[in-house]
Amino acid sequence: MGRIQLKQVKKSFGDVTVIPPLDLEIEDGEFVVFVGPSGCGKSTLLRLIAGLEDTTGGVIEIDGKDATSLPPAKRRLAMVFQSYALYPHMTVRKNIAFPMRMAGLDKAEQDKRIAAAAKALNLTDYLDRRPGQLSGGQRQRVAIGRAIVREPAAFLFDEPLSNLDAALRVGMRMEISELHKKLATTMVYVTHDQVEAMTMADKIVVLHAGVIEQVGSPLELYRAPRNKFVAGFIGSPKMNFIEGKEAAAHDAHTIGIRPEHIDVSTTEGHWHGTVGVAEHLGSDTFIHVHGVPGCSPMTVRVGGEIPVRHGDKVFLTPNLDHLHRFDAKGLRIA
Amino acid sequence: MATQHSRSAARLMMAPAVILLLGWMLVPLTMTLFFSFKKYLPMRGDSLENGLEWVGFENYVRFIGSSSFWPSVQATLVIVGGVLAITVILGIFLAILLDQPFWGQGVVRILVIAPFFVMPTVSALVWKNMFMDPVNGILAHLWRFFGAEPVSWLSDASLQSIIMIVSWQWLPFATLILLTAIQSLDSEQLEAAEMDGAPVVQRFFYIVLPHLGRAITIVILIQTIFLLSIFAEIFVTTGGAFGTRTLTYLIFQRVIDSQNIGLGSAGGVYAIILANIVAAFLMRIVGKNLDA
Ligand SMILES: Nc1ncnc2c1ncn2[C@@H]1O[C@H](COP(=O)(O)OP(=O)(O)OP(=O)(O)O)[C@@H](O)[C@H]1O
Ligand SMILES: [Mg+2]
Repeated sequence: MGRIQLKQVKKSFGDVTVIPPLDLEIEDGEFVVFVGPSGCGKSTLLRLIAGLEDTTGGVIEIDGKDATSLPPAKRRLAMVFQSYALYPHMTVRKNIAFPMRMAGLDKAEQDKRIAAAAKALNLTDYLDRRPGQLSGGQRQRVAIGRAIVREPAAFLFDEPLSNLDAALRVGMRMEISELHKKLATTMVYVTHDQVEAMTMADKIVVLHAGVIEQVGSPLELYRAPRNKFVAGFIGSPKMNFIEGKEAAAHDAHTIGIRPEHIDVSTTEGHWHGTVGVAEHLGSDTFIHVHGVPGCSPMTVRVGGEIPVRHGDKVFLTPNLDHLHRFDAKGLRIA
Repeated sequence: MATQHSRSAARLMMAPAVILLLGWMLVPLTMTLFFSFKKYLPMRGDSLENGLEWVGFENYVRFIGSSSFWPSVQATLVIVGGVLAITVILGIFLAILLDQPFWGQGVVRILVIAPFFVMPTVSALVWKNMFMDPVNGILAHLWRFFGAEPVSWLSDASLQSIIMIVSWQWLPFATLILLTAIQSLDSEQLEAAEMDGAPVVQRFFYIVLPHLGRAITIVILIQTIFLLSIFAEIFVTTGGAFGTRTLTYLIFQRVIDSQNIGLGSAGGVYAIILANIVAAFLMRIVGKNLDA
């Protein structure tokens, strides 16, 4: 079981309110990702759930029981830190055993769980090494191992992959998703990388300055962002926003169109402009087009390769089925 | 320092310091060794110009045969051990306290360090006259206030008193080194341990103490070097009486009081041997903390 409810939870550091009163429900077995720009309060929120910070107001319930003033050890949550926070003077085996030792589990059970975790995480050959003798990815797996042997009600991850290189990050992303499928335990995952959020989450919580902007499945957020902030944050490359006459024509203050929903042509189209930088990724090409009224530069995604160069003239046509409209306050117009 | 070139450059640049240090050590060491095999009593007319009489190991035999030798070794070890135990344990305690955020932290930290800046002679005199004087000392007043008989600290509890005075002087050093070590502990490690269900005491023994291992080792090694040769504190308080005569003090008495330079030099060589035994012993126990 791992159902977490936040009711009117608030956090201030001195006079500065980092998280204004906030409500959130995390269902049992869900993979929830908190995303948002740096400094928006993601870590703070996670630490409030973990019990490492005291709330300034509100109630945190775990499995229906008030846990607001419970110490971290009593909440049955396991946390994986960004710095991994392994104990440097203990071997991998002792690191993983530590929470069980503190819980007073008998030796045979400890060994059984360590062996199982090591097997699942490919750590069997490294059990007698110290954290200092491991690579970043291996350390990451030890930190996860230390979390899973406790069989917690929920896992909390604070940007666990941000210290890894790009290739390893993709691999670990899969492993964590795989682990979630296998254990079916609630996971709360903090990241500022929207690709991680999109690929891993059952439910994404978009935070901005401590406020929840939107909660929903990855595709819900992609298809129907509630406001301009979410629209701009979810999706890569970013959505193009167009203001002024063009937007007024659609009865909106701002209209948004994603780079992948614009057609490019060298002969005819709705808008025209000149090509600036073109990023050729092989599978895709992102071109930045200058000179479109109300939006400059406009980013466009073209599948495969397209023979355009810096300075070329191109014509663009938006796919009107995928047009997003926002009012003067930035809220979505349905 | 990876390449051949940088290694030889390093050697070249370190050479002046190494040579200077070697000379600094070797000259007095050779002179001590030289005198220890000679009969050298300046008051009886022996002098370097007239040549000194070679006496072989006679000085060594006499020094070790004296009834004060083994008690002095014992006193030395008790003082070093006692001061180390007190400064390390209290030092860890104080360092943890000083690491907590509290009002007036800066001032308190400076106050804690203050005793280290007081000269050993002065601090020993202050302790002797202000605190431990059986008639006018603060401790005597305190004892009388509670209706107890004042203690003549420096004669009845002489070794303990010396240990107390020296500990007071060295506590700031230990605290300072341990405080910087505690401050370098990653707070996420403590938080992880907290989430793993380790209560305060376990967090101290499993996380904080191992982290402090290296700093404690350094405190022990450095303090031992200085504590083996404490002198001023004994000179101005008990003058070596009441069982506080350390090996250093015994050598001083042989050279100055009995004016026997040869005998004193032999004592000096014994002191070197003792220091090396202690050092070897310490390196065995705590030296492994310095690796990695
Ligand atoms: N102990 C503290 N005292 C005062 N302010 C704090 C404290 N901890 C965090 N803050 C502030 O709270 C805000 C949110 O911090 P938080 O660490 O939760 O951000 P974050 O979303 O995790 O950012 P990042 O993606 O960079 O990790 C920041 O503006 C930060 O300055
Ligand atoms: Mg953070």
